[in-house]
Amino acid sequence: MSLIDNINKAFDHRIRLGIMSILMVNDYADFKMLKELLGATDGNLASHTKALEKEEYILVEKQFIGRKPNTRYSATKLGKLQFKKHIDALEKLIGK
Amino acid sequence: MDSNKYLDDISEIKNMMSRSSRFISLSGISGILAGCYALIGAGFAYLRLKELSSANYAGLSGRSSSLWGNDLIQDLTVIAVSVIVLAVVTGIILTVKKAKKSGEKMWDVSSRRLVLNFLLPLLTGGAFCLVLIQYGIAGLVAPATLLFYGLACINASKYTMRDIRYMGLAFIIIGLISTQFIGYGLYFWALGFGLCHIVYGALMHFKYDRK
Repeated sequence: MSLIDNINKAFDHRIRLGIMSILMVNDYADFKMLKELLGATDGNLASHTKALEKEEYILVEKQFIGRKPNTRYSATKLGKLQFKKHIDALEKLIGK
Repeated sequence: MDSNKYLDDISEIKNMMSRSSRFISLSGISGILAGCYALIGAGFAYLRLKELSSANYAGLSGRSSSLWGNDLIQDLTVIAVSVIVLAVVTGIILTVKKAKKSGEKMWDVSSRRLVLNFLLPLLTGGAFCLVLIQYGIAGLVAPATLLFYGLACINASKYTMRDIRYMGLAFIIIGLISTQFIGYGLYFWALGFGLCHIVYGALMHFKYDRK
């Protein structure tokens, strides 16, 4: 069925859903901000961001602030588009 | 059968979107209380002004700001600072309580952003008012505080409930009107910091807090 097809497997997890939601409304977020908001552990969050990065839904920029390494995440055009489709599909499924 | 999971997903998305961009635990009651403190403070200031004008400047216009003595300015500063401290402390306590209840962190990205964006115009205004006093243009202090506070609210509205924008607009209008009634700053202060806060706090309380 076409409706189910639009449900994106890449977003089918609470943490990944959270990461995308945050990046939809913020230009970027760093690792610490995502961690605070999602209440995830370092390893857990890292594996989910990696998965989203692999799909090219988010962009990862590593930089240094002073001496501290800082990782910045932002949603790509593709990621935003796919996430919108995903939300639409969810809404339609609930509406039924 | 998966409908519940989808519903959870949607609410999680909504929750994350608002929590990551807006701090929504501002307490309505704290607005009402801040307004009450302001009115009480304005009452004290009024009494003090009246006392002074009848004692020293009988027959003169006691309102003329250039006649203000150091004593009076000191008293008014004490009143103003106590009102601000009381209002801020009450606001923080009630907001912490509300944040705890809703499971939102008090000091996270969104609240930091809110405070920063609120303080930026406000501190600018504070510095500007000190300059006004420095040059003896004390009459413009009341309009300036109202205007900058309004701008601070409008700036902060991007990072909390949007309703605060309308309070900011009200402050700006009151501030602009008060520029045409120099010497009556106290009444406009009471109207803005007292009444506006109470009305806004009450609206917020009924809209968000009472469930």
